[in-house]
Amino acid sequence: MKKAGKNVPGHPMEELIRTERLPHIWCAGCGIGTVFGSVMAAIQKSGYDLDKTAIVSGIGCTARMAGYIRLDSFHTTHGRALPFATGLKLANPELKVLVVSGDGDLLAIGGNHFIHTARRNIDITVICVNNLNYGMTGGQVAPSTPFGAKTTTSVAGCPEEPFNFCYLASACGAVYVARWTSLHIRRLTNSITEAMQKRGFGFVEILTPCPTSFGRRNKIGTALETLKFYHERSVIRNDIDPKEAPIDFGNNIVVGKFVDTERLTFLDNYQLSCRKQIGDWPDFEGTMVQDNQAG
Amino acid sequence: MKYWRKPLDLESIKASRGRVIIVEDRCKGCEFCVAYCPRNVLGMSQTFNVRGYHTPAVIDESKCVNCHFCEALCPEFAIYSVEATDAGKGGTARYRRKNN
Amino acid sequence: MREKVGPQGIEGRIIREKNLPHVIIKKYLLHEERCMAGKAVLTGTYFMNGDYACCEGALAAGCRFFAGYPITPATEIAERMSIRLPELGGIFIQMEDEIASMAAILGASWGGVKAMTSTSGPGFSLMMENIGLGICTETPCVVCNVQRAGPSTGLPTLVGQGDMMQARWGSHGHYEVIALAPSSPQEMFDLTIRAFNLSEQYRIPVIIMADEVVGHMNERVVIPRRDEIEIVGRRKPKVPKRDYLPYNPDPDGVAPMANCGDGYRIHITGLTHDERGYPGMDEATQAQMVNRLIQKIAGNREKIIRTENIYLDDADVVVVAYGISARSARQAVRDARSGGMRAGLIKLETVWPFPEKLIRDVAARVRALIMPEINAGQMVLELQRCAGGACPVHLVSHFGGSIIHPSTIVSAIKDAIKGRK
Repeated sequence: MKKAGKNVPGHPMEELIRTERLPHIWCAGCGIGTVFGSVMAAIQKSGYDLDKTAIVSGIGCTARMAGYIRLDSFHTTHGRALPFATGLKLANPELKVLVVSGDGDLLAIGGNHFIHTARRNIDITVICVNNLNYGMTGGQVAPSTPFGAKTTTSVAGCPEEPFNFCYLASACGAVYVARWTSLHIRRLTNSITEAMQKRGFGFVEILTPCPTSFGRRNKIGTALETLKFYHERSVIRNDIDPKEAPIDFGNNIVVGKFVDTERLTFLDNYQLSCRKQIGDWPDFEGTMVQDNQAG
Repeated sequence: MKYWRKPLDLESIKASRGRVIIVEDRCKGCEFCVAYCPRNVLGMSQTFNVRGYHTPAVIDESKCVNCHFCEALCPEFAIYSVEATDAGKGGTARYRRKNN
Repeated sequence: MREKVGPQGIEGRIIREKNLPHVIIKKYLLHEERCMAGKAVLTGTYFMNGDYACCEGALAAGCRFFAGYPITPATEIAERMSIRLPELGGIFIQMEDEIASMAAILGASWGGVKAMTSTSGPGFSLMMENIGLGICTETPCVVCNVQRAGPSTGLPTLVGQGDMMQARWGSHGHYEVIALAPSSPQEMFDLTIRAFNLSEQYRIPVIIMADEVVGHMNERVVIPRRDEIEIVGRRKPKVPKRDYLPYNPDPDGVAPMANCGDGYRIHITGLTHDERGYPGMDEATQAQMVNRLIQKIAGNREKIIRTENIYLDDADVVVVAYGISARSARQAVRDARSGGMRAGLIKLETVWPFPEKLIRDVAARVRALIMPEINAGQMVLELQRCAGGACPVHLVSHFGGSIIHPSTIVSAIKDAIKGRK
């Protein structure tokens, strides 16, 4: 085994990682590490000033990503990453703010903040890593846990149906909605870059293996076997209605870029209201056109 | 590479060749890189790293085309590929880093 | 073809005017000079509502971000902020709940802007986790709690002072806080400015413990000239970016603060962390961090604590009071003096940290201490603790719904002087 020579180049992401904190806490085979690499690649690709890029996260396995990336990063309280990011972005609109957190953090305890931040169309990008349970606390039921799956708080099988997060995001008004697995790295990186470059609330959901908590209890096997499972079952369907894109483990996992639209952000509308340029409700000329109505 | 006829621009086009670098001590033995390398460059080694995991090893470096897929997929930032400046020569650099 | 109108119609106009939203955003960058030079300080004499005075004090202190949620009796602060902040290039946002409000002002503070929220008892309870986050991450901001009678929904429109201990101990874990108690609309103005200054100076959320009467009463408020108002900003790092440690304190216990976007690549976490900001899962890091958080305030008590002492030198009985009860107490002490009783008053401007040394000194030489408060006895516990048995401590209270009448306090003074319980 050769020792590292002077001519051996370092890992290309090294400058963006707080290498003094490696090894990170994620388990062997955890998909979050892959997503982390993807997020960093997307940040580099998007071309934003790294000094003005900020990561905000909540609590959980995914949220630990904030501690390993060498950018201004904020590891806040459980579920409250989105309002924190709202305050951060509105106070300094020049910042590019990403919220990276898990399915439970963003959509269970943070559910209320999620629907309102999407509704307001705050210009942030939300990366939601979906490992189908609450990993950090040992594998409890989450709003993403499939019906019948075993977790520590549902040993006889989960009695609840999960959310379709993409459908929820799109219904709340997100302007960019996509779902990928941690195996679809290139498309994921592109998606995150697109979401970052888009003005408004972008939402990218990523299915990742959780071998230690979810995988073990549901006899999925190793992380590699989970990835192979995702590989076999996932179908890419871009531009379909997220309502038609469930995660159906018995059948197909639909991935793709579902929503890519335009809408004025909160700051745009706030400026209009400050300048008293919002017309008098309800006397607009004609009627308002809803997004999902034809014609 | 076997060609059924020789392409006209064979001399000018160079297929990219890659060299795989493995940071052994970061690896946690998940085997993603081995399973998903599109050119089957890697296999699992029989040795252990300092953490007790089997790490990947390069089986046939001449096949590596520097696609960076192992680099993108690895959750530990323990493997990456670089342009091979001297394709075909030398082995893979496997090295231990002092402070990760 | 149906013409798209309403918000989409406005969007159409905006898009035609090249990139206008981006231009608008750039023009609304929050420069202190530009904002302070204009209408931020409404110099003059007013007959003003306490909540409005709090809002004006915040704006005079440089607050340009408000995130709140409506709750009686603090709604007026949010309402006035929603009108005034757009005039000053600030941001007003009504969040979906108080938890989000507190998180948003922490985020705004890290974005480099002075931020504030206002609430009452039920919302204060909701904010506790994020107040803890603000204390642990050492984030400057101001929370105004216009107290009402509790517990739970209680008497939403009537006065109480039952959140005093919650201000000190409300969040989990051990920490120190700064809390101020205004007792008039004028003090709502002045103490809000002081709250912002303290929060920036000591990098801590400062809580203003107002109450419904002080918030809703209208009284004379004098707003001075801008140059007469002292404003303190956060300390900026002076070391090169590579050497900066977010939690490495200066000799006074406060670490210089780099904002997000300044290029310092800070990591801020609510986990127990070392001076780099990185989480440390061990007893040593915990000891170091909690000690720093406590000493930052405890070590600077003399500079933080402020009381107003009236007729103290020759007093036999001293009344210690805060908030609206201090108004009743002031009147009671005057009445007692005219009745020949030697009463004195310590009006607490800072309720936390509690003025232990002053109370200890006074308790040693007076016949009794009296505390009027509109709860079942909260700050009186601190009074008893600090008096240490040197003199009896009497509580004059009821549980909420009205103020304490000065005559009740006068009777208590009379009984105390006569040695009756």
